[in-house]
Amino acid sequence: MEILNIKNLSYSYKNNFKVLENVNLTIQDDDFLAIIGPNGGGKSTLLKLILGLIKPQSGKILKNIKNELIGYVPQNTNLNTDFPITALEVVLMGYIGNKKRLFGYSKEDRLNAMDSLKKVGMKDFSNRKIGDLSGGQRQRVLIARALCTNPKLMLLDEPTASIDVKGQKEIYELLKQLNKSICIVVVSHDISVLLNYAKNVAHINKNLVYHKLESIQKDIHTVDEHLCEVELLKALGKTQTCCDHKQK
Amino acid sequence: MLEILEYSFIQNALIAGVLISIAAGIMGSLVVVNKITFLTGGIAHSSYGGIGIAIYLGLPVLLGATVFAVITAIIIAILTLNNRNRADAIIGMMWAFGMAIGIIFVDLTPGYNVDLMSYLFGSIIAVSSDDIFYMGILDVVIVSIVVFFYKEILAVSYDSQFAKLRGINTEFFYILILVLASLCVVAAIKAVGLILVIALLTIPTYLAEAFSTKLSQMMIISSIFACIFTLSGLVISYIYDISSGASIIISAVVILTLVKLIKRK
Repeated sequence: MEILNIKNLSYSYKNNFKVLENVNLTIQDDDFLAIIGPNGGGKSTLLKLILGLIKPQSGKILKNIKNELIGYVPQNTNLNTDFPITALEVVLMGYIGNKKRLFGYSKEDRLNAMDSLKKVGMKDFSNRKIGDLSGGQRQRVLIARALCTNPKLMLLDEPTASIDVKGQKEIYELLKQLNKSICIVVVSHDISVLLNYAKNVAHINKNLVYHKLESIQKDIHTVDEHLCEVELLKALGKTQTCCDHKQK
Repeated sequence: MLEILEYSFIQNALIAGVLISIAAGIMGSLVVVNKITFLTGGIAHSSYGGIGIAIYLGLPVLLGATVFAVITAIIIAILTLNNRNRADAIIGMMWAFGMAIGIIFVDLTPGYNVDLMSYLFGSIIAVSSDDIFYMGILDVVIVSIVVFFYKEILAVSYDSQFAKLRGINTEFFYILILVLASLCVVAAIKAVGLILVIALLTIPTYLAEAFSTKLSQMMIISSIFACIFTLSGLVISYIYDISSGASIIISAVVILTLVKLIKRK
């Protein structure tokens, strides 16, 4: 099933500098899409547009699911680490729109939040202060928070930035697990790790170039089935220039 | 030593100290975690405009300060809502503007001779029963709003973008936090004055931070610390016959330094 369909989307900030131009993208409900591209290329802007935090100036974003069913894991887990809040409380934020209770959290919410923490392997850390956790652990807590609303689509902005290689792998293994029932969209720089898990890749640098991952892997010369990051980037870059030429 | 408790002005001062500490602990925590200390300082100073106007019109001073501080808080909130990076310039402007208004209105008041210093630096010894009643009401308002909206306030303070995605009116809560902070500032003016109030909001919270894993915990621990500071400051001020506001702040800084030194060992 198509979960998201973006048509001819363009967006520019106040200074008229176009961040996204004529972007087209379709996401299926079982997809594991990696969004890559240079800094300032418009990756985060695209996420904000999908989330509805900003409105597109032209083009359309057709969502086949309600906004409540989009889980979001923000960038920068190092933000606000001295904030006095426990892991469980962070996860409970996921239920905040719930108007059933006048104040405080219901027992049901607490149990569900603990369940989310269990899914990401952080059950034993529920009462720890968020700042006392490692970057990778904090990221898991944020993923647990996004899981609270039983999302059909989960957007993650640089989930493995400032996390060591082992932690990165663990996060991607977790996402692969979640991908069995949830569509995953990851914005990331860690191409070499990510491509072992992603099904499709969108390269964004103002324009969007879409790759089915299998087709790329065929094109790239691999040594002992090892995917070299340099070659990979070259391959992605080539397609990029081709597309640019077409548009000009 | 205990005989001082028999004086009604001392009793008033003690009650006022406790009431102020409760408000300062709760709002100080919110001010610090939201990183709006400078903003709250701006509101505190500009509330002097309200004091000046109230004196000129012959209205209750705390009422004038409250109305002016709340209006300032709302103006600053709206102006900085979409432009948090330029907030400092706007705050600096309101800070000086409020004080200028206050000075002008006091100048215009005929035969005015009230001790201005007591508003700038506080005089908790001179707290009246009316002031205590007023502080009590402010405490009830602050505590009930924070308890009632606790999870929304927590969410907006920790991660406002996420809170917005979950359908929370983050702008409303940003304004609400600032308005509550302005109420707290007004309540504390009598004790430590509008110049020293920032210290009473931030020092207890800074100390409490190390002992708390939750915001609610931080609020309670901050209130207790604030209570210790105000009451010990009060005793020092009585014994040595020096300004209560300054004594409270000095006692806070000394205790802060001692706790930090002990914890390092």
